[in-house]
Amino acid sequence: MGFMAVIGFAVARLRNLFAVVMLTGIFSLTAAMLYVVLDAVDVAFTEAAVGAGISTVLLLSTLALTTSEEKTVNAGDSHWALALVVATGCVLVYGTLDMPPFGDPTAAIHNYVAPYYLEKSGAQTGIPNVVTSILASYRGYDTLGEVFVIFTASVGVLLIIGRPKFGRRRTHRFAAGELRDSMRQNVILRVVSKLLIPFIMVFALYVQWHGDFGPGGGFQAGVIFAAGYILYTLIFDVDTARMVVPAVATRLCLGLGVLLYAGVGVVSLLMGGDFLDYSVLADDPVKGQHLGILLIEFGVGLTVAAAMIAIFFTFARQER
Amino acid sequence: MALLLDIVGWSLLALGSVMLLIGGIGIVRLPEVFSRMHATGIIDTLGAGAILAGLMIEAGLTLVTVKLTLIVIFILFTSPTATHALARAALHGGVRLPQDRPGAPEDELPGPGEQSSKT
Amino acid sequence: MIAAVTVAVLVTMALAIFRSIKGPTVYDRILAVNAFGTLTVVLISVYGFLNGRPDFLDLALVYALINFIGTIAVSKYVEFSHMGRPTGGDELGDV
Repeated sequence: MGFMAVIGFAVARLRNLFAVVMLTGIFSLTAAMLYVVLDAVDVAFTEAAVGAGISTVLLLSTLALTTSEEKTVNAGDSHWALALVVATGCVLVYGTLDMPPFGDPTAAIHNYVAPYYLEKSGAQTGIPNVVTSILASYRGYDTLGEVFVIFTASVGVLLIIGRPKFGRRRTHRFAAGELRDSMRQNVILRVVSKLLIPFIMVFALYVQWHGDFGPGGGFQAGVIFAAGYILYTLIFDVDTARMVVPAVATRLCLGLGVLLYAGVGVVSLLMGGDFLDYSVLADDPVKGQHLGILLIEFGVGLTVAAAMIAIFFTFARQER
Repeated sequence: MALLLDIVGWSLLALGSVMLLIGGIGIVRLPEVFSRMHATGIIDTLGAGAILAGLMIEAGLTLVTVKLTLIVIFILFTSPTATHALARAALHGGVRLPQDRPGAPEDELPGPGEQSSKT
Repeated sequence: MIAAVTVAVLVTMALAIFRSIKGPTVYDRILAVNAFGTLTVVLISVYGFLNGRPDFLDLALVYALINFIGTIAVSKYVEFSHMGRPTGGDELGDV
């Protein structure tokens, strides 16, 4: 945690935005390691994939569109701000003093809801991974909200930046000679990426379906899938990548994932249960739970992957 | 036999840790960017490879070993590629190789009959 | 023994962070972050191995992947200032 403090301080002080982006990447990695030490593997998984990978790439895309030095702010009034922050910090720390010690078995959170989930989850949902069962079934409505948030964020980006001004515009086409030269370039990166990307996609699918038994699930799988595709885009052209997965497909998957999730909920309604109560989806309630969890995780994965890809593409298509 | 495997495993782990430290010191102390890439290479291949190989031997023939093998193969593929991309970027970005810098020591061999300037 | 390995990894991480904060050029920083990522992979593998949880190795694999993609992205950004065009264009010829 000392690392995190040092890095956080450096992030705030450095003016060169590029260095800040790099350090943010390291910060996410240290946060993820903290989660690992705390034995929270699923969270560490997501933090690694999103914080250290996708965020860095997106921040860099933003940097490519803006300047790379932070404007110096007039530091006249900063004393009051500093005092306020320190005071708030002290109050927060004082508030935590009242909390039970870390890991105390008599603490409230360990005695009411958590044991219920831990004991009942295996029997009721039939999957070993309690994190997934809580996320997808017991608190499935919250997760639906999260998916909607991702969807809305992506739609927002698409609306604000969206299509380039001149309609369907192609990025700059090289002259024939340049094209031939640039085709020969960077053989190493191209070959290695072509070897790796199928493996990455398969790994994303593995994480998606393996979420029942180990760390993983929809969010992480979506991010990994998007990362593989972003790798392809980085090595090859945006237009080439667009030909592989057209924009329509991305937008379609974006909505399809959310539709799948909410659709499962509506189907449960129609079959006589509550909204998002998976037990009624099959003859055996446990099988129903299992089926429901699989379906909504897939929906989550679809939406997350499509959202990441769409946001990256809107940034990458902009010329400065 | 098991003892032998154990010894091999632990010595690989020790070797890997030493390599990591050497690489780390290299990153801090070497004079310029391209040299530091060598240090990173040591960390990635020798250091990480030896440590993970040691873990593999300790684990025996289980699923853990398979996953560790995947990780090692992945690192062996991607780490040199990433360093390559970085070196290209550095070269295009204007970081000059040591022998191209002004004031660098001349490295030519004396021709036949010429006096070497270094004697 | 494993404690010694962990200490070694942590010390190397500290060295990498030092370089990433200090590094005069931007390439030093990218290098340090790349090394830090690989060290994280090693640390997680060792830690997961210790606790007998093979699930951690999935995590290590993801880190290795993310580290790689991140370094490529950053190198491309620094070289071209644009993430959309193809990686290429080598005036020095196909080295």
